[in-house]
Amino acid sequence: MRRYRTPLLLALGLAALIVAPIGQGNYIVYTLCSWLIFSIAATGLNLTLGYAGQISLAQASFMAIGAYITALMTLNGVHWLLAMPCSMLACFAVGLALGFPALRVQGHFLAFVTLAFNTLVFLVLRNEDWLTGGVYGLVGMERPGFGLFDTSKQLHFYYFTVAVFAVALAGMWWIVRSPWGRAFKALRENPIRAESLGVDTRRLTLLAFAIGSAYGGLAGALVAPLVQFIEPGSFALVHSLRLLLMVVVGGAGFFFGPVLGAAVVILLPEVLRFTEGYYLILYAGSVIVLMVFCPTGLIGVYGRLRQRLFPQRVVRGDMATGPQL
Amino acid sequence: MAQFIQVLLSGLATGSIYAMAAVGFTLIWQAAKTVNFAQGEFVMLPAFFVLIAHHALHLPFWLSLAVGLAAAVFVLGYLFKRLIVEPMLPVTGLPLIISTMALAIVLKESVKEFYGAEAQPFPELFPQDTIPVLDAVVSVQDLLNLAVSLSVVTALTLFLNRTRTGRCMQATAQNPDVAEILGVNTRRMVLYTFLINAALAALASFLISPVYLAKFSNGETLGLIAFIAAIVGGFNQIRGALVGGLLIGVLDNLTATYVTAEYRAALPLVLLILIIMVRPQGLVGTSEGRAV
Repeated sequence: MRRYRTPLLLALGLAALIVAPIGQGNYIVYTLCSWLIFSIAATGLNLTLGYAGQISLAQASFMAIGAYITALMTLNGVHWLLAMPCSMLACFAVGLALGFPALRVQGHFLAFVTLAFNTLVFLVLRNEDWLTGGVYGLVGMERPGFGLFDTSKQLHFYYFTVAVFAVALAGMWWIVRSPWGRAFKALRENPIRAESLGVDTRRLTLLAFAIGSAYGGLAGALVAPLVQFIEPGSFALVHSLRLLLMVVVGGAGFFFGPVLGAAVVILLPEVLRFTEGYYLILYAGSVIVLMVFCPTGLIGVYGRLRQRLFPQRVVRGDMATGPQL
Repeated sequence: MAQFIQVLLSGLATGSIYAMAAVGFTLIWQAAKTVNFAQGEFVMLPAFFVLIAHHALHLPFWLSLAVGLAAAVFVLGYLFKRLIVEPMLPVTGLPLIISTMALAIVLKESVKEFYGAEAQPFPELFPQDTIPVLDAVVSVQDLLNLAVSLSVVTALTLFLNRTRTGRCMQATAQNPDVAEILGVNTRRMVLYTFLINAALAALASFLISPVYLAKFSNGETLGLIAFIAAIVGGFNQIRGALVGGLLIGVLDNLTATYVTAEYRAALPLVLLILIIMVRPQGLVGTSEGRAV
């Protein structure tokens, strides 16, 4: 029975994703799309943060790079299927170039370099208006069509997003279960021991960061056709912080943590709408409370409850203290 | 030449205010091994304490400043340590960093919702006169800002190096376990560090608010600059933060005047990336010498 549980749950989850938007208004479908897209970006960040143990504050700027490259290419008549891999490759390359100096030294340097990078990208997008349209951004990207299946309808675009989401998560599933992925975990849990066992920690961390960035680029490549309007403000530092919150609130280092976290971060504003301006205060306040009482995030809360109810089961003993820097 | 002197001096003046925030930053880093992402908001908030005391409670301005300082030390020093940092202390790291990010949002949004979203004028601390030096016109405010913040940082350095409490604080920062064995009350020393950080942030707030006005979003840039100053100078040294702050203040002004105003904000960031690549321990910092 236990053998079939995971595939069964996954199939149920996919079925729920397919049924969810039926009969809903455009706005709800749009929100679901952005939830899936942010889940992709947060999953990428989770590889950097939860598995390789490095803070990146530039995930939104990788989304920006992906979104602008896709937008510029599709505006010039290139098909999305070609623009998307270009965006991912560009983000992968930028991630390598950015991570290389920062990861030479252990500590918080990646956090600071990415923080600076996010602001730099924002400035370039805003100031170089010959390419990026400056503060007015880029408009009028066509949604991709695939022969008979055209995504210009909101619902069609949603199913397209679900497909990309499923492929992206399957890819990540493969990465964290491959020998690389196991090395990433070894790196997080005990870098000194990992190094002594012959794991090249520096190269692996860099690779994790670059792959995570490429996922940011993929999310960006989806944002451009979803919103059909991109401007620098949608990729400012605060959005990188939001992505980081998604990972941490959901549970860094858990595979589905970022998906859950993205749901909370995207849907909470809708639920808390009645509180008007106080929403952010309540939200940030509850993050502090969560961090103080359960640093492993929402999935960690669940694990803790289950641990209390069925104490024989040990859930991720290594995660008891939360991810460390 | 005249313009250069003016630009240089006002750069030094703002730089020295950045340096105060950056010094607080390094203190927190040493004491709790954490990066306070709310440092910018710590500099933004005390000005509003003063404004509340001055406008709502109708206290005289000098008394409002004192009340603001006390409130800042209590809220940003004691409460921050007691309610957020202490419950997490056995395990700091990422959760604490995330909490400080969330705290930054709470402080910023609270000021916006409960006080106001517009920039508030802040009363001048110093006369607005100018004095001629060579052929440049130098503002008295800049000179006094520079003098006040330099003396505060000097006094702090003397306190840390020359007094018993200061040396106990340093011992706690360097090796808490050994300090504890040698009879230092480490918990109290860590608390002192947080109080001093709050006081430094409050002073920086009082000096910078007359220039930049008091606004809820001031913390974003201030926090980023304080970080960068601390890293550029050297994260584990007070003098590093001072050097970094002054350097960034001056370079910022020089770029804005002579090179480009559009990319003015990018300069500290480029400097940061260069420093991390070339000299990760900072300009005057000492290397901690470990790769893992």
